[in-house]
Amino acid sequence: MAKLARFRKRRSTEDILLDAFVYIFLICLIVVTLYPFLNTVAVSFNDGLDSLKGGIYLWPRKFTTFNYRMLLARPQIYQAVKVTLARTVLSTVLGVFSTAILAYTISRKEFVLRKFISTIYVITLYVNGGLIPTYFVYRFLGLTNSFWVYIWPAILHAFNLIIVRTYISGLPESLIESAKIDGAGEFTIFLRIIFPLIKPVLAVVALFTAVAAWNSWFDVFVYNPMKPELSTLAYELQKVLASAQQMSTSMELAMSRAAAGANEVTPRAIRATMTVIVTVPIACIYPFLQKYFVHGLTLGGVKE
Amino acid sequence: MKSELSVDPVKIKKKDTFLAKLWEQRAWVMMSFPFIVYVIIFRYLPVGGWLMAFQNYWPARSFFDQTWVGFENFKVLFEDPVFFQVLRNTIAISAIKLTLGMFFAILLALILNEVRSIKFKRITQTISYLPYFISWVVAANLVRDLLATDGIINEILMFFNIIDKPIMFLGVPELFWWVIGFSHVWKQIGWDAIVYLAAMTSINPNLYEAAMIDGASRLQRIRHITLPALRPTLVILMILNIGQLMNAGFEQVYLLQNGRVIEYARIFEIFELDFGLKMMRYSFATAAGIFRSVVSIVLVLSANYIAKRLDQERLI
Repeated sequence: MAKLARFRKRRSTEDILLDAFVYIFLICLIVVTLYPFLNTVAVSFNDGLDSLKGGIYLWPRKFTTFNYRMLLARPQIYQAVKVTLARTVLSTVLGVFSTAILAYTISRKEFVLRKFISTIYVITLYVNGGLIPTYFVYRFLGLTNSFWVYIWPAILHAFNLIIVRTYISGLPESLIESAKIDGAGEFTIFLRIIFPLIKPVLAVVALFTAVAAWNSWFDVFVYNPMKPELSTLAYELQKVLASAQQMSTSMELAMSRAAAGANEVTPRAIRATMTVIVTVPIACIYPFLQKYFVHGLTLGGVKE
Repeated sequence: MKSELSVDPVKIKKKDTFLAKLWEQRAWVMMSFPFIVYVIIFRYLPVGGWLMAFQNYWPARSFFDQTWVGFENFKVLFEDPVFFQVLRNTIAISAIKLTLGMFFAILLALILNEVRSIKFKRITQTISYLPYFISWVVAANLVRDLLATDGIINEILMFFNIIDKPIMFLGVPELFWWVIGFSHVWKQIGWDAIVYLAAMTSINPNLYEAAMIDGASRLQRIRHITLPALRPTLVILMILNIGQLMNAGFEQVYLLQNGRVIEYARIFEIFELDFGLKMMRYSFATAAGIFRSVVSIVLVLSANYIAKRLDQERLI
């Protein structure tokens, strides 16, 4: 369209102004989005005491990898990485498989329980027991002080279910029909025909589930606060943030000065370094799934 | 489908009954059954825990040995002077987030639609999704650094002499709602624009061509073609979001608040934590949770009803 306009007539002043506005707005958006991340990376690679003087923007002034070495030398960080990876992988694998299989059954128009199952899941989008009843139920189920509280509650989410159901409904019915004539059982149809066909939408579910698992801290805080060996990276970061909120910059400075002889890292540097460690894996993965989730979101958002 | 394949005259009568159908579809029943049990245990059993709100729950005793107090906890809740502050904060924060979020998402979608270079558009979009995927823990860290007294925003404002001494943005109660609103926009804008961009791709290109032949400028085309085409999407999203009015976004508010701004930051979940859980008033906190859920359900149902009346697709 725009190309056509350029051929037909000379660009008007309005046209040029509009283009200028568009590009200025988007460049501002890019700067505002990226600056906080880049600044944090710069701080994480800068000498902790030097950062407190201010003036670190996009590049470290006194470059050091000391902050990373210090942080990774702490055994609880290793443990948190292990727990975070385990919960992310396990809940994603279980989540994708469960969502796919249930979505397949409720995408069958003649299934008698279709409406019932859809309804009880959609209701969960709006109604939940709330913090305290949920806590007591999970404690009753033996899920508190346990790794499994990260996995079981997270594997099925109604939103993901709706996206996958909508996607399967869009597949040609004839594919399933022909498989049935060949005498395939329901589970075989699901595994051999449906599963490979819905891989794009399952990639979206995998991304959503993995990101949610990677980012969780509140369930650690509520269910496993006494179990340092079950802490996650996001929760470790939250603890650092909470303790940093207790003190002002001047206190941080005073504390760090006192510790300077011992060559300690400053709280600000720890926060920045932890932030980078938590963010980098996500930042590396999501761009590759972009075309899938844009499509998936449109399915879930507009059609439902 | 299945019935056509297994034509058996003897069974025809049976087929109409629910149980017969269930037996016929046993493969699907077996596939979905574990997940029916799952949702009941993990999502509905806690809702059963709502009964706690009508007791004076004490964890040391079993559920059935508790004293029942009727609506006493609700009475205490509605009489609590903090309750209306909590209600005000929750609704104000949600409303600000909803309005700002929609406005900027539509603005971004319109702007992206005007970009000529596909490559630039794609790169911008990819970057704009980044904040959506990070945890609020990370985002709160970044926001805190940006708004700190020695942060970049204060530095810029000082540089242009707009202010002469740094503002402690996160310490001014009246600013807190706006800090939440704009940090929400920062995190969501790229993601929220996706839906509007999708709606724009379904606009018939002939409309633009016809408008061009009639001599409509680009702004006029945006004003008279693109914007009206977004209206259905806007209306449905607006209605659906009204159902979320009682949900101000716990993680974001909890991680950005502090003692200085608590009068403006105390939303329902924080109230339940501080006035319920931490004081071991379990039944009271549950009553507050029930109030929130019930209002949400009423809002969702009315929203869904209105959406249905407007001839849009419903949720189920």
